[in-house]
Amino acid sequence: MNDVTLKDARRSLLAPAGLEDNHLEAALGKLLRGQTDAAELYFQAVRQESWSLEDGIVKEGSHSIERGVGVRAIAGEKTGFAYSDEIVLPALMQVADAAAAISRQGQHAAVKAWHQPARRALYPAIDPLTTMEDAAKVELLQTVDQATRALDSRVKQVNASLAAVQEIVLVCSSAGVYAADIRPLVRMNVSVIVEDNGQREQGYSGGGGRFGLDYFLGADRAQELGEEALRQALVSLEAVPAPAGEMVVVLGPGWPGVLLHEAIGHGLEGDFNRKGTSAFAGRLGEKVASDLCTIVDDGTLDGRRGSLNMDDEGTPTQQTTLIEKGKLCGYMQDSLNARLMGVASTGNGRRQSFAHLPLPRMTNTYMLPGPHDPQEIIASVDKGLYAPNFGGGQVDITSGKFVFSASEAYLITNGELGAPIKDATLIGDGPSVLNKVTMVGDDLELDAGVGVCGKDGQSVPVGVGQPTLRIDGLTVGGTAGA
Amino acid sequence: METNLDIEPLREHVDDVLKQAREQGATQAEASASLGAGLSVTVRMRAVETLEYSRDQGLSLTVYFGKRKGSASTSDLSDAAVAETVNKACSLARFGAADECAGLAEAARMATSSPDLDLWHPWSIEPAAAIELATECEAAALDSDRRITNSEGATVSSHSGARVYGNTHGFCNGYRTTQHSVSCAVLAQDAGQMERDFEYSVARHRDDLDAAPHIGQEAARRAVERLGARKLGTRQVPVLYPARLARSLFGHFLGAISGGALYRQASFLVDSVGQSIFAPLVSITEEPHIPRALASAPFDDEGVATAPRTLVANGELHGYVLGSYYARKLGLESTANSGGVHNIVVSDTGRSFGDLLADMDTGLLVTELMGQGVNPVTGDYSRGAAGFWVEGGTIQHPVSEITVAGNLKDMYQHIEAIGSDTELRGSVRTGSVLVSGMTVAGS
Repeated sequence: MNDVTLKDARRSLLAPAGLEDNHLEAALGKLLRGQTDAAELYFQAVRQESWSLEDGIVKEGSHSIERGVGVRAIAGEKTGFAYSDEIVLPALMQVADAAAAISRQGQHAAVKAWHQPARRALYPAIDPLTTMEDAAKVELLQTVDQATRALDSRVKQVNASLAAVQEIVLVCSSAGVYAADIRPLVRMNVSVIVEDNGQREQGYSGGGGRFGLDYFLGADRAQELGEEALRQALVSLEAVPAPAGEMVVVLGPGWPGVLLHEAIGHGLEGDFNRKGTSAFAGRLGEKVASDLCTIVDDGTLDGRRGSLNMDDEGTPTQQTTLIEKGKLCGYMQDSLNARLMGVASTGNGRRQSFAHLPLPRMTNTYMLPGPHDPQEIIASVDKGLYAPNFGGGQVDITSGKFVFSASEAYLITNGELGAPIKDATLIGDGPSVLNKVTMVGDDLELDAGVGVCGKDGQSVPVGVGQPTLRIDGLTVGGTAGA
Repeated sequence: METNLDIEPLREHVDDVLKQAREQGATQAEASASLGAGLSVTVRMRAVETLEYSRDQGLSLTVYFGKRKGSASTSDLSDAAVAETVNKACSLARFGAADECAGLAEAARMATSSPDLDLWHPWSIEPAAAIELATECEAAALDSDRRITNSEGATVSSHSGARVYGNTHGFCNGYRTTQHSVSCAVLAQDAGQMERDFEYSVARHRDDLDAAPHIGQEAARRAVERLGARKLGTRQVPVLYPARLARSLFGHFLGAISGGALYRQASFLVDSVGQSIFAPLVSITEEPHIPRALASAPFDDEGVATAPRTLVANGELHGYVLGSYYARKLGLESTANSGGVHNIVVSDTGRSFGDLLADMDTGLLVTELMGQGVNPVTGDYSRGAAGFWVEGGTIQHPVSEITVAGNLKDMYQHIEAIGSDTELRGSVRTGSVLVSGMTVAGS
């Protein structure tokens, strides 16, 4: 975020409707007329484009524009919220009136002098939609399709898609925040269906981040996504039924970090802990993981999918240590929950759009590397499972129970990798699972840039990561050996 | 709250973009415009937590230049944004490849009449009244049991929407709908264990909502009953899916018989019309015209008239779920399912929920399913679960941190009974379902 970004955001969001700073002050003034602690205006414009390939041809491109303003008035634990998908003065004043209805009496609060946070650029303030010619986008998808089909005659179908989003946000609040961010985000997905002797299987791969589409031209990245999707589909052709029951599980590096996201990440979000609804509530300072585990949430990594120069409340993102050598030492906070808990925001206030309220959300959540050689970790297991790839997961914050589904996994027998197994859900208990981490690899990896996190019906892009981990006891939900 | 949403301005937007698309040379075009408004209040621990007003609008356009297609949408309905949207759709179409199956649904299939489905019942509830109702709902939960120690709150919401769809066949029609809900989620705590559960009611007409105190009490009862949960040893047993979870079993079925999945061969039910994919006791219909139902619609997202039909009779599959594009790809006709299904009704076998528990005798009554855990290509099924262990037809104790697994093809054949306790809160209407031969994994 810098002066240029703020100027560009104002030009894009405010200038078309002739909105000036005095209009924003007037709207904040309306919000602050009751017993209001804080008021905020959030302007957003999102342009999105996607292209999809099927049957070897790019059948369709689509484009969307969304813009609007969301306004909040906060009084104690109460929030009044309204939004409009028209950024014009009458609509702004109308939604400010509606949101202010939460607090009708009491003293007027004052708007603090606006200031801009320090300059930061974790990603370029570009429009990624224009970082490649349309013809080149089509050609890129076709190249991936052809290259993937050429690799194996068992390929029956390739679906590939390319998406680019530019999000421009401008936040101004009674706390004195006046800040903007321009956020590019690109993503490519490939899925492959293979068939062999009447058996069909599917493999997926994807990647991306906060940069231009030209990323996919570099180092054959696009073709590698196709190769990886194919590899996973072919592995599935060989899969045997998954075992059922509790066993030692070795998780591969990178995307399997979805374990951390589900098992402990959500449980450490400030809202659940303020309300006491999380299984981790009131446990700061307690031992919740083995000494080998140090876990952070870090929104400041260059170009990462979960990274942000500032969160959606204008607070700069940071690296927050959640667990240090097994000890619970921090929650992730937005401004509302931070204020009510008497701490500072950690820059984790995020919202899907102007039409949604900010919530404490993760950015990039990962475990720091440990002392073990990954090969040594697999070799240490007599009987268990090695799981290098996962689908999504889910957690029950209150009971702490979480699941995630292994999309690629192998049996381990006497320290050796064996046959791949069919898809299986793994289930565990968040507050206790990390106490069972007995080995941590030296091979920290972050995911390829595909994570989407859902909470209260809101989706936001996130990152996860971890080194290879050995967990002595997770329940594997297969069908074999019951 | 704004409840008098007018159809006419939406019709004008649709007509306008179709005209602009034709002027740019599109040979066919289709557009939809929507407007929605709502109010939602949440009360937590007997105090107001949020008061939210929503108002959403949108316009989306698909253009065809011969067999080339482009799409664009906008939430900004200013002339400039609409013009940009039309330009964008047209320019994207130029880069797409020609696709023989692209185009509007057949003109002869357009809905010619619009049955009144009784979907529009605005509830002009003021925030103060909504807060009172939510407070009453949560209080019923908090006061019902001393083990209810905390709450995620009770929410009352009311939403009204209008949508118009039109295309260059000359079809242009729209209708208005309302949807109201009351929900409550609370936490029960005992002996160091904490469990959460919820209850909700949703309806087109506020008079069809369950009483707020009843919703609160049900949420509390469900949360308290989960206390004392333990793991279960790994075993093969029958599993009883109560109606509200049984819907998901048919959701997987609908996904597997939808056009895109079938055409990509990303389905475990490819080429299965005419085959017995369920036990003979299972029959399933689609009934799009049930008055006030949550998934009723006079026409689909392409203007194709909806009509009642049989999907499964005595276990045998009679048809797929198709919009016009994948219907053409598969050499079939649209089944008026562009945009989704319209009230899927699963016949029951005349057994009450209590009968089903007795029929199961020993097995798992599942009350929560977690994660995705379904492979659409193979039908392999493995999901996280919580519920109750049942012996002799009687609930013994709650269980959690377990998985239930099988393959959907086998599970559908192993449906032993369907209860008469039909769930109405969604697009799939089914009673509880008893499935034999599942693998439960635990400690």
